[in-house]
Amino acid sequence: MGAGIRREGGGDVNGLLEGLRWLVDPANWSGIDGIPTRVWEHVQLSVIALAFATLIAVPVGLWIGHTRRGRFWTVQFANVGRSIPSLAVLSIMFLIAVKEFPTLAFGFLPTIVALTLLGIPVILINTYVGIQQVDPDSVEAAKGMGMSGRQVLWTLEVPLAMPLIMTGLRLAAVQIVATAGLAALIAGGGLGRYIVDGFALRENDRIVAGAILVAVLSLITDAVFTLLSRVTSPKLSSEPGKVRA
Amino acid sequence: MNDFAAAMWGSLAQQDTEPLIRWIWISDHVDEIVSRGLQHVYLTVVTVVIGFLIAFPAAVYASRHRWAVSPITSISGVLYTIPAFAFIFLLLPITGLSLTTVVIPLIAYSLLILFRNTLAGLDSVEAEVKEAAVGMGLSKRQLLWRVEVPLAMPVIIAGLRIATVSSIALITIAALIGRGGFGQFILDGLNTFFWTPLIVGVVLSVALAFAADLLLLGLQRLATPWAQASGVRAVAT
Repeated sequence: MGAGIRREGGGDVNGLLEGLRWLVDPANWSGIDGIPTRVWEHVQLSVIALAFATLIAVPVGLWIGHTRRGRFWTVQFANVGRSIPSLAVLSIMFLIAVKEFPTLAFGFLPTIVALTLLGIPVILINTYVGIQQVDPDSVEAAKGMGMSGRQVLWTLEVPLAMPLIMTGLRLAAVQIVATAGLAALIAGGGLGRYIVDGFALRENDRIVAGAILVAVLSLITDAVFTLLSRVTSPKLSSEPGKVRA
Repeated sequence: MNDFAAAMWGSLAQQDTEPLIRWIWISDHVDEIVSRGLQHVYLTVVTVVIGFLIAFPAAVYASRHRWAVSPITSISGVLYTIPAFAFIFLLLPITGLSLTTVVIPLIAYSLLILFRNTLAGLDSVEAEVKEAAVGMGLSKRQLLWRVEVPLAMPVIIAGLRIATVSSIALITIAALIGRGGFGQFILDGLNTFFWTPLIVGVVLSVALAFAADLLLLGLQRLATPWAQASGVRAVAT
């Protein structure tokens, strides 16, 4: 049992140690409330939401970047996206689900919809900027060599935009993993459960353990996507204009 | 449908005629809206000002000593990646339900954005310009304040705008430990299945973000009358 939440001030580092002790206690590593179950829930929520967000935002971003249409609205959309609180998107999705789809409201659905919506702007803007910043002269040259619009997109623009597209995916993934931690507020499961339950039960060790797990999962996500972007980015050789895949 | 959902649904069914916004609630809660707004603005200012006071000297140092760029970016990158709400609950046993618990994670989140943009701004000043200034007899300090900072201003402010808008959105989670400005309305709405406070919280939070963004944009135009403010792009983090 935790020491209870202190009011103002404090200075009790023991709270952190208790959290670590809770984390390594074998009793917390099994059962329906065990760490592996919660981690798996969290990963499922995040992966599904990121997949949906990618499937929506990348094609739209490619299209806008390639045709250079609607750039003003894309930038505005990304700015608005940044200013909307994640907490609000989750809450709104939950209330809508409770009203319109009551049987689904207390499952994963509202969380996944909210996380998908939150992931879209950053993927969209990075994909768009990535494609749009490709040197227009190179595009002209490729067209002059007889490439179709589709060929220009896939052989020139997408590889050159890859680093920025991956940056968008990385930022979205980290944001989704972080926000999935709030899913427990709307009965959505995941690692946030420990924080919300711990807060309700006044068990500091459970709260701290949950916070550590969410932080570690975010850092792992960031690291995985950093690696992925190294793998997928084309290495530019010293010879100008030559791209090794 | 489980029992809990059924109970909730039952209590909602009678609220089916509930309008999306009850204006009477808003007029009844003007005082609370104002005090939550002030709380939100206060937290934003504290976050961005302290964040900038840390990031600016770090960026100036890194622009003079390149070896420092990578470690500072790595450290602020880690701080940026740790979710602010997890960070808040990590600090909870140490600093309790105080403002410190809220502000430290928010500052940590803003550091990377502010550092990268300030550094990019300083780096964008051309070497010839700096050499000319040194040739005219400016000291290192004069070079920084009279030449580098003014020329870097558009990119620095672009970073401040991103940090400010992100912070205003993020500050809503401070409500989770009872310290949130407009976030408290969002949580109230969620907990009572009542749309009005939720909508008020979101709309005011987004409006505050836009107002702050416009204010900083205006500041940038004033500070750099020679630059086209709209032509500046911030560094993507």
